[in-house]
Amino acid sequence: MRTTDAGAQPPTLEARGLVKDFHLRSGMRTTVLHAVKDVSFTLEAGRTLALVGESGSGKSTIARMLMKLENPTRGQILLDGRPTGRGGWARAAYRSEVQMVFQDPFASLNPFHTIMHHLERPLRIHHPGLSGTRVRERALELLERVRLSPAESFIDRRPHELSGGQRQRVAIARALAPGARFIVADEPVSMLDVSIRLGVLNLLADLQREDRLGVLYITHDLATARHFSDEIMVLYKGDVVERGPADQVILDPKHEYTRTLLAAAPEPENLGRLRDEVRAELAAG
Amino acid sequence: MTDLITAPVAEPVVACVDAEPVLTARHVTIEYEVDPPVQAVRDVSLTLNRGEILGLAGESGCGKTTLAYGLNRLLKAPALMTSGEIVFHDRSGADIDVAALGGEALRAFRWDKISMVFQGAMNSLNPVITIRAQIFDIFDTHRPGMSRRDKQTRAEELLTLVGVEPARLASFPHELSGGMRQRMMIAMALALDPQVMIMDEPTTALDVVVQRGIIREIMRLREKLGFAVIFITHDLPMLIEISDRIAVMLDGRIVEQGPAEQIYRAPEHEYTRRLLSSFPSLRGQRGGFVRAGSGVMGAEAAGPTGEGSR
Repeated sequence: MRTTDAGAQPPTLEARGLVKDFHLRSGMRTTVLHAVKDVSFTLEAGRTLALVGESGSGKSTIARMLMKLENPTRGQILLDGRPTGRGGWARAAYRSEVQMVFQDPFASLNPFHTIMHHLERPLRIHHPGLSGTRVRERALELLERVRLSPAESFIDRRPHELSGGQRQRVAIARALAPGARFIVADEPVSMLDVSIRLGVLNLLADLQREDRLGVLYITHDLATARHFSDEIMVLYKGDVVERGPADQVILDPKHEYTRTLLAAAPEPENLGRLRDEVRAELAAG
Repeated sequence: MTDLITAPVAEPVVACVDAEPVLTARHVTIEYEVDPPVQAVRDVSLTLNRGEILGLAGESGCGKTTLAYGLNRLLKAPALMTSGEIVFHDRSGADIDVAALGGEALRAFRWDKISMVFQGAMNSLNPVITIRAQIFDIFDTHRPGMSRRDKQTRAEELLTLVGVEPARLASFPHELSGGMRQRMMIAMALALDPQVMIMDEPTTALDVVVQRGIIREIMRLREKLGFAVIFITHDLPMLIEISDRIAVMLDGRIVEQGPAEQIYRAPEHEYTRRLLSSFPSLRGQRGGFVRAGSGVMGAEAAGPTGEGSR
């Protein structure tokens, strides 16, 4: 594993011993669902950590805790080594550093408002001193940064006038607006058409390099997890069952569950193999 | 898990060796009659052979679902098939002109000869009646004389076939997991022993592990029962893995068609190549996907950057 350069405390977002239990009530009985069991990791500036697992494995619960949309049952979230508070002000300050890109760009943008409105809000909330013209300038800059140019032609449109990929770019611009250093991307491309997915991921990678963003990339797609991330954590039923450098986890999986996941991923090289397997199985009775 | 049914089947149906067509579409054009009219499917010709899996690949809006609906005569206004012919070659040897069917004949044809597993199968079950009632519905419509006991036996057989306990017949859809609901949809599509099944994104909403289980199930049933499948999805790597032949669709046209191996190893059309390169290889090289700045400190990371986007 690479080491960060010596000197000052590098910018980090650390999850330490995160636990989340949900209490489920059915009639008089209460059962406890351990959604996340003791998960720790550190996001570093300029690096991407991928969180993979099937639905129900706790990926999104971790994202929600990291965004302080959900309070952890136990454990801490530390920004640059300092504990982060839960109160209103502390949370607002935290969110100017940590932002999220949601899965569904068709649902995460408000159809009633223009693109300008979506970018203006975070800018005004997190930079209260900016004048109206400055806010518009900044919004235009953000749109140019996510390759929606000419920005002037996009800024006054509404979400329904944009394609899925363009909407997701707006969502990325919105996450960058407060000046965030850490981005939590929860399945950012799974709702997009296949031929534009890599474009959006490449954009995210470019922005990451420009701003030295720390990215938590949540996905169930192992192939993009491998190529897009430095490190991969495999989550199964709330537990991290395997973690390591991206290539190592994919090419040399240690845990049984990682192998199952890998075996389930489509592999065009295996063309015809499934058919032959099934035939052999049936022939054997 | 379903040895009960494995036993009496005679010989496994061999796909793609003797290419005998079961469904032929010639020059099909489907238009949405809105203002201005939209041609969703343009001059598509397609042949589906008995017992084969034909993959139909394409992105949203390319017309693949409209084409599937057209083949099954499920188009609703303003969609209209403006030209072309669709012929179904029945097991009995008779040819059925699908486009000319109407009224009772059409009702008898659908689901009996060609059945469909719909997109978003998670939501295509009726939430307020049991699975049993929904399966019985099929028999009530298509096999009016069937006794209650026969329906029950057949329904249990179907569930066993798709790997679900027969006891689940009494369940309501919300009591089942996503994978199980999908299996129920497949069981229903199998109910009348159709010769063609059209599957429209049957596994897109499911987890990879569950998805793999369902795909395997489909492949197994195909070998056993010998129906042909039109499998619609945007997941080209998966299609390559499971299909015998693949047709790639773009803007309502089939731009390339051929055996899965040829589509994978020697794609001819530019769009097929682009679609293939949209899926980075899991174990191989990065291909068109370039991610620079992989954690290396600032300056030296400024190597080749994101021009791989297109």
